[in-house]
Amino acid sequence: MNNDTILQVDNLKVTFDISPEGAMPWTKSQSLLAVDGVSFELKAGETLGIVGESGCGKSTLARAIIRMVPAKDGKVVWLGSDLLTLDKKTMRGHRKEIQMIFQDPLASLNPRMNVGEIIAEPLKTHYPKTSKSEIKTKVKGVMERVGLLPNLVNRYPHEFSGGQCQRIGIARALILKPKLIICDEPVSALDVSIQAQVVNLLMELQEEMGLSIIFIAHDLSIVKHISTRILVLYLGNMMEMANSADIYANPRHPYTQALISAVPIPDPIIEKNKELILIEGDLPSPINPPSGCVFRTRCRMAQDICSNEKPEFKNATNDHKVACHFSS
Amino acid sequence: MSFLEVNNLNVEFDTADGKVRAVNNVNFSLEEGKTLAIVGESGSGKSQTVFAMMGLLAHNGTSVGSVKFDGNEILNLTGPELNLIRAEKMAMIFQDPMTSLNPYMRVSEQMAEVLTHHRGLSKSDAVKESVAMLDAVQIPEAKSRIRMYPHEFSGGMRQRVMIAMSLLCQPKLLIADEPTTALDVTVQAQIMKLLSDIQKEFGTAIILITHDLGVVAGNSDDTLVMYGGQVMEIGTTEQVYANPTHPYTQGLMSAVPRLDHDGTELTTIPGNPPNMMLLPEGCPFCPRCKFAKSECKTKVPELIFTGTSGSHYRACNVAVEELV
Repeated sequence: MNNDTILQVDNLKVTFDISPEGAMPWTKSQSLLAVDGVSFELKAGETLGIVGESGCGKSTLARAIIRMVPAKDGKVVWLGSDLLTLDKKTMRGHRKEIQMIFQDPLASLNPRMNVGEIIAEPLKTHYPKTSKSEIKTKVKGVMERVGLLPNLVNRYPHEFSGGQCQRIGIARALILKPKLIICDEPVSALDVSIQAQVVNLLMELQEEMGLSIIFIAHDLSIVKHISTRILVLYLGNMMEMANSADIYANPRHPYTQALISAVPIPDPIIEKNKELILIEGDLPSPINPPSGCVFRTRCRMAQDICSNEKPEFKNATNDHKVACHFSS
Repeated sequence: MSFLEVNNLNVEFDTADGKVRAVNNVNFSLEEGKTLAIVGESGSGKSQTVFAMMGLLAHNGTSVGSVKFDGNEILNLTGPELNLIRAEKMAMIFQDPMTSLNPYMRVSEQMAEVLTHHRGLSKSDAVKESVAMLDAVQIPEAKSRIRMYPHEFSGGMRQRVMIAMSLLCQPKLLIADEPTTALDVTVQAQIMKLLSDIQKEFGTAIILITHDLGVVAGNSDDTLVMYGGQVMEIGTTEQVYANPTHPYTQGLMSAVPRLDHDGTELTTIPGNPPNMMLLPEGCPFCPRCKFAKSECKTKVPELIFTGTSGSHYRACNVAVEELV
C-alpha cells in the first residue's frame, strides 16, 4: 500500500438475497452477485470515475464502501483500518471522513427541514457539542462556498431548482471537511447548462480542499472530464481500469470500445461519419450470469475460451488493467 | 408548401397562479423523410409544441396559430377528427416507455388494438402484423414475447415496443419526445440506429426532441433551439453546429464536455433556466446572457435570417459580429 493511498478496496463482493419467481415462503432464496471481486486503490486528491450501464453494480459498489449495504466478502481499507470489520461506533468516526452526494437532488433532501437544518445536520450528529453560533457561521461559510446565497438558509428544498438542490447536497457533504466524497450520478438529473456549473464546482472544491472523489456516472464525457482514473464495470465485474486519457485514446476491452463508440459527439460532421460499434441486446440477468467472461454474450470477439474460462483482470501495460482473453 | 408547416404557434396554460405562456410564436417546417431536432432544456416548451400539434395538451392548455400537415390544418381539431390522423399519419414515441405502455395489457393486446381500431383488422390478423413489426424493430423471439406484459421487457426493449407500436399504421410523421433519455448509451445507440433505418425504409419524417446535443448532431437534418418557449435559432444541423449565432446556442455548445476533446474547464451559462411564470418582458435569455444590452430587457427579438447561409435564422437583438 502506497503512502498516499487513502482507500484500498480489495476483492469486494456484494450479494443480495432474492426470492425466485413464484417463490413460496419456504423456498430457498437465490443470491444475486451485484459486485463480484472489485479491487482498486484511491490516492489523496485523485478522482476515480466508475462507469457502466445501469445494473452493472456501480452504485452498489459505492454503497458497500461506506457500509450502506453489507459486503459479503473482501476488504475496504480506509487510512489503514478495514472498514468492514469495525464496530458501529468506530465506523461512525470514519463516516465523517467519507461523504456522499446522490443522484436525485430533491429526493435526497428532507422536505420538512429547511436548508440550514439540512446542511447543519451532519455537524450536529458528529460534533454534538458545537455551539449554535459556530454552526451558523459554518453553514453560512459552506453555503457561500457552493454558490448559494446565505439568506436562503430558512427556505425549504422544494423552493429550489434542481441545480441549487444539488448545491445544497454538496454543502451538506462538505461541512464535515471530508477526505473523500462519493458522487453517485450527481449531474445526470440536471440540465446541460447546470451540469457544467456543478461539475466545475466539484473540481474547484477538490483542488481547494485536496478532496478525493469517486465519481459514478453513465455519461462517459463527463466522467472523462472530471476523472484521473476510470474503472469500467459490467455485471459487477471489473472490465478495464486505466488513467482517463489512456482509456479513451486506447480502450483495450471490447466493452469499453463499444461504450466509447456509443457516446454521441456534438459535431454533425464527425458524428454522421462515425463508425459505430453496436452492442447487441441487453444486459443479461445478474441472477444467472454467463459462464466464463460475463460480457461474452454481447461481445463481438467472443470465442470458445470465453465461455469456459473467466479472464483474469491483469496489467496489459503499466497501470492499464483489463479483463479479456484477447486484449493485446 | 412543406409537408409540415407550423406558423405562429402559441400555447398558454391557465393555472391557479395566472396564465403561463409555454410556447411563444414558434415557426418551423419539415419536409418528408427529413429529421428536425428540437433542442432545449427542461421547461423550454419543446414538448408542449408537439403536444399542441397532436392535440395532447392538458385540459387547461389552449393553442393558437396554425399547423398545416400534408396540406390540412390540424391545430385544435376535435378528438374524432384528430383520431383519423393520429396513429395513421402521425405517431408519437414518449420518453418513458414504462409509463406510456399500459401495464395491465399484454403487448399483443395493446398493439393489436391500434390495428383493429384504425385499420379494422381482425384480432388474429392484427396480432400477426404486430409480430412482424416487433421483428422489424429487432425484438428477438417476437412471436413468444408479444404475449408478455410491459414490465417483463427491459428499458431498451420497451422503447422498441413503443416504436413498433407507433409504426403499425406506417405514419408519415413520427414524433420522438426524448426517446433515449432514460436509456444507457449503448442502448441509445441501438435505438437511434433503428430510427434512422426506419426513416430510410419508410421515408418517415421525424421530429426528434432532446436535450442531448450529441444525439442531435448525428441524427438530424435541421436543428431548432428553444429557450423560454421561443425559437432562439434554427438552421441545418451543420450550420447551427459549425456556426452558432445565438449566445444561448453558443453557451450550450461550450457547456458540454466532449469525448474527443481534452478537458479544459467547461464554460458555463450562469443562472438557472427561466421560471415560465415570470418570464422577462424582453428576450427570455436576457438575464443569463453575457452580451445582453439594455434593449434586450424590453424588446422581444424577432427570428430573422442570419444572412450567412440559406436557411439559418436567429432571434437575438445583438448582431452576430458583436458576439465575441
